Amino acid sequence: MTETLAQCVGVSRRFGNFTAVDGVDLQLGRGEVVGLLGANGAGKTTLIRMLLGLLATSGGQVLLFGEPPSRRTRQRIGYVPQTLGLYDDLTPAENLAFSEAVFGAQSGEGGRQVMASALPESLRPYRRTVVGSLPLGVQRSAAFAQALAHQPDLLILDEPTSGVDPLARARLWETVAIAAAAGTGVLVTTHYMDEAGECDRLMVMADGRVVAGGTAGQIIGDARVSVVETGSWAAAFAALEAAGLPATLVGRTLRVPGADPADVRRALGAVEASVTAAPATLEERFFELTLTSSRTRESA
Amino acid sequence: MTAPSPGSGTGSAAAATQDWWGTEEASVRYGDKLALDHVTFRAVPGRVSAVVGGDGAGRTTLLRCLAGALAVTSGRVRLPPSLRIGYLSAGSGTYPDLTVDENLAFRATAYQLPAAVARERSAGLLERAGLSGARDRLAGRLSGGMRQKLGVIASMLHQPDLLVLDEPTTGVDPVSRADLWWLIAQAAANGAAVVFATSYLDEAERAVSVLALDDGRALASGTPEEIIAAMPGTLRVSDARPEGEARRRAWRRGGRWRIWDPPGQPGQPGEPQEPGRPVAPDLQDAVTVAILARELAGAEAESVELEGGGSR
Repeated sequence: MTETLAQCVGVSRRFGNFTAVDGVDLQLGRGEVVGLLGANGAGKTTLIRMLLGLLATSGGQVLLFGEPPSRRTRQRIGYVPQTLGLYDDLTPAENLAFSEAVFGAQSGEGGRQVMASALPESLRPYRRTVVGSLPLGVQRSAAFAQALAHQPDLLILDEPTSGVDPLARARLWETVAIAAAAGTGVLVTTHYMDEAGECDRLMVMADGRVVAGGTAGQIIGDARVSVVETGSWAAAFAALEAAGLPATLVGRTLRVPGADPADVRRALGAVEASVTAAPATLEERFFELTLTSSRTRESA
Repeated sequence: MTAPSPGSGTGSAAAATQDWWGTEEASVRYGDKLALDHVTFRAVPGRVSAVVGGDGAGRTTLLRCLAGALAVTSGRVRLPPSLRIGYLSAGSGTYPDLTVDENLAFRATAYQLPAAVARERSAGLLERAGLSGARDRLAGRLSGGMRQKLGVIASMLHQPDLLVLDEPTTGVDPVSRADLWWLIAQAAANGAAVVFATSYLDEAERAVSVLALDDGRALASGTPEEIIAAMPGTLRVSDARPEGEARRRAWRRGGRWRIWDPPGQPGQPGEPQEPGRPVAPDLQDAVTVAILARELAGAEAESVELEGGGSR
């Protein structure tokens, strides 16, 4: 059993009558990368804020490195918020120096010189440019470098790759993998299912609860979609919509999650089309889980 | 042409005969910077096209040209009349101090859409996008996903011939994204040529045609299948990061390493086996290879320049 870095046992958080996080269990070990998936309002950010010690729980228990969140546990966490948390008017090196001073990391004799040399290779060309003038991908690298500068045991990333090209995205994930290989536990939220493959394990949250967990394959299970191939997709799209079977458009093909091919065939009526079943993607399965959760909640 | 006929009664009969909208060899210069460099792009009625690229690739510049909001420095654009274009600019496109209903009423007036038609269409689209309960809310108080949905509805309300959407799904959660995708499909079903910009290739793969931009230039274009087929060289997948020179040609994806072998790269018969096994590329791989190839070529040119300087 590897050392548990973060643990949530039945953690809840209410805001007035609204339950943002509802009985969540979570365990994160050394070197593990756990992906947190969920729609807006699913409770991901509230959960992260409790782990960071910024927000108290309404019920259950959060333990970081075996103790309740505190200023001391915070020092062992690296955090990259969606907004990156960098000062636009400072260079990457100055941001790093400031953050190290705040965290009280030992900076060695050379002071700023040492810190500047701690900048990753990819950021050196931008050493003298203020963050606000850097391309987004470089800003994200700078935020990663800053979150990792004090060699945290736990790294928390909130949508770390939004808006960057695929190569820049691959390089950000490389940084995450290097930290994980060195023993850092990583909790990462993302809206992009393609990134799920970078995680050892996924947790799907909906309406404050964990509704599925495991690898992408385990979460998808045997979920299937109906695939409609037709020369007149617009007519098929309208017919399915009218029958209450919303379809998604992929190229000129329509996919209908959670629907039986026979029902889809019937809904298409006179529209000429071939209807087959195919395994669902993680995004389609995620969508189904989220929808089921909101329906259950509405009927409760 | 299998495109469905455009919506009736909106004066688009003449436009419906047009087989594409877009740019030919379009360039845009801002001072010293060439933001768009001889880019040809065609959007076809009843089809969804994607423009992909990272921050600063030229996506927004191209989309502003397509929206008629920016003149090209050279080259040509072919666009419908401005009232027949719908445009959602990146990160805004709604008025924060107006309610959802007021935003749509304002747009309807701007596009000279009869009030009764606007009300009926708005009600249907808001209902389908899950915004019915928010009609009296100020746009500025909506969540990011809701605001983007409102922006897309506002830009397609007049059933334009060309719908231009700049990053409608960036930062939007998967549930709202599904609603946005429904709206995009609906606009195409109504006959619009839809163009959307995104930084995510899995999303672009849903489009019929894709243009990948980097540094203002077209890196790749065509159907996803054509772009994949046009990828030079071959691809391997390996559990470990390769050593030596191949390191520069490798990137991480799905917890493993992709290694690109350009045409004419080692792999000669009889040579020791390179690590990894061959893998068929997808759109994301093909575009990543294009970015990487350009980056490697740039690095090589730079080192040649440096060597030249040193010998002098």
